[in-house]
Amino acid sequence: MAQSHDHAERHDPIYDQLAAKPEFDRLRHLYRRFIIPATIAFISWYALYVLMSMFAPGFMNHVLFGNINVALVFGLLQFVTTFGIAYLYSQYSNKHLDPLARQLNDEYDAYRASNGGN
Amino acid sequence: MDGNQILTAGLFLGVVALTIGITIWASRQTSGAADYYAGGRGFSGFQNGLAIGGDYMSAASFLGISGAIALYGYDGFLYSIGFLVAWLVALLLVAEVLRNSGRYTMADQLAYRMKQRPVRTAAAVSTVAVSIFYLLAQMVGAGALVALLLGVESGAVKNLTIFVVGALMIFYVTVGGMKGTTWVQIVKAVLLMTGSALIVILVLNEFGFNLSDLLGAAADNSGKGQPFLEPGLKYGATLTSKIDFISLAIALVLGTAGLPHILIRFYTTPTSRDARKSVLWAIGLIGTFYLFTLVLGFGAAALIKPEDFDPAGNLAAPKLAEVVGGGVGSTGGAILLALIAAVAFATILAVVAGLTLTSSMSVAHDVWNPVFKEGKATEAQEMKVSRIAAGCIGLVAILLAIPAQSLNIAFLVALAFAVAASANLPAILYNMFWKGFNTRGAVWSIYGGLITAVGLVIFSPVFSGAETSLFPEQDFAWFPLANPGIVSIPMGFLLGFIGSITSKEPEAAEKYTELEVRALTGAGAEGAVQH
Repeated sequence: MAQSHDHAERHDPIYDQLAAKPEFDRLRHLYRRFIIPATIAFISWYALYVLMSMFAPGFMNHVLFGNINVALVFGLLQFVTTFGIAYLYSQYSNKHLDPLARQLNDEYDAYRASNGGN
Repeated sequence: MDGNQILTAGLFLGVVALTIGITIWASRQTSGAADYYAGGRGFSGFQNGLAIGGDYMSAASFLGISGAIALYGYDGFLYSIGFLVAWLVALLLVAEVLRNSGRYTMADQLAYRMKQRPVRTAAAVSTVAVSIFYLLAQMVGAGALVALLLGVESGAVKNLTIFVVGALMIFYVTVGGMKGTTWVQIVKAVLLMTGSALIVILVLNEFGFNLSDLLGAAADNSGKGQPFLEPGLKYGATLTSKIDFISLAIALVLGTAGLPHILIRFYTTPTSRDARKSVLWAIGLIGTFYLFTLVLGFGAAALIKPEDFDPAGNLAAPKLAEVVGGGVGSTGGAILLALIAAVAFATILAVVAGLTLTSSMSVAHDVWNPVFKEGKATEAQEMKVSRIAAGCIGLVAILLAIPAQSLNIAFLVALAFAVAASANLPAILYNMFWKGFNTRGAVWSIYGGLITAVGLVIFSPVFSGAETSLFPEQDFAWFPLANPGIVSIPMGFLLGFIGSITSKEPEAAEKYTELEVRALTGAGAEGAVQH
């Protein structure tokens, strides 16, 4: 593998061309539109759970029925939200991100094929 | 040896023989570097999801979390939630980006737009550090497991087990490479899920499938009553212990996406879309498994007398298997005990193989070739060095694990997570999302996060100043928390920021465009190997 110990080799102009396309702007926008709010949401939700577990015993120890208290339900809800966000992201990517990514990747492959590189 | 011990030994040998068979089979399918390092990038999303589960659900999860719940009730459950939620960081921010922009190691992604030598060296140092902490935890756990199963508190048995585990992991990695390691992890994940599901069903059956009754019995039998089901039994004592827990929680949730042995698993799929699918499978698998540990832990608390647990609770799950199989001394009990112990052993073997592979690859690919050979060595030479490095790392792990047996397993794993979150995650996130990030920022954040995390532990009660310390006679502790994450993780981010804004590196900014296009679209990403 040819790798200089300084920076890797000068980059290919195709990347600048792809980056300048409106499709790429749209892909980046759509990616960030999902991951930024989703990350803020699950981190805050988890932080709330951790802080309540340590500092809100009155609320967390409240028994809902039998031996099931709020703390257990809150903990299990973290599982539900984790599965839920993962599922939503998968649906969102399939629908909004993958088609754009594929299209740009195809343009890259076409450029590579016509320029004889690999 | 009585009949039960022969059965246990037989199942252990069965697990070992199975994994050796898989490794030899995989070695015949391995021809080039992409096979050896990345399993030919030919694993489907489902297969890699199982392998991620096999790599991640360590002895600390299986034995440690069920044991922590059995001893401390609800507070043990807090661990598993952090370990699971962490996967959203990996899914949303890391997995696909890394798959598209890297090649074999974590450093590939960082070095993409930076100066190769300093960044690769720093990434390799932190990869090896995280992997060694994690390895020690698994090997110490293996020693304790085997000694307790044989009913002997003998140092020689523990040391011999550590040596055997070390020898096996060197064998898996040098012979089977990534392909062999992945298949060992897949088989382990299936064994672990099936074995735990069986015990969970038997436990729930004892309580008429009523979770509330199970919890009530656990609270009564533990002798602690209702507080056993509430947060705070372990961490709620003082403000310091509460902050210590928050520090741990931050490290757990941010550490997973910085664990090198998890990161390299994303390279084994054909495309980033398969990498995403594999994380989705892994989340489903790991989440289900942690729900199992909840039943296992409370089940052990309900069905086993508190005085019958070992002090760390690490044998709660195997002992529970014995009880629900028909009780101590029964044939059913002996069979299930042996089965679960063998599953735990398989768990340890699969995780240590992943760790050894990761760190040996990083030594060869990120240090030996770029630094000592100026990037001119061939991939075949690099693989040879990687195999030698696997042998050396295995030996170092064996030599360190023998004196490390007095350390708490859960603590070693938590330290690995804290270092991963402090040293690796800031660099990975900055590199992808901040154009101004550069070589100095990367180097400062990696070394800064690593040194802060390890340094704070040295000056914490873990090392000195308390009865449970490593050096109880001395007192040089001034940092009050056992978990350094709350300080070291912000430090990693801060140093990465300061390092970047105090140095100019137009090349790093210029290549950001290329990195971003490649990460989001997959243009130019490494493809699968065609055989």
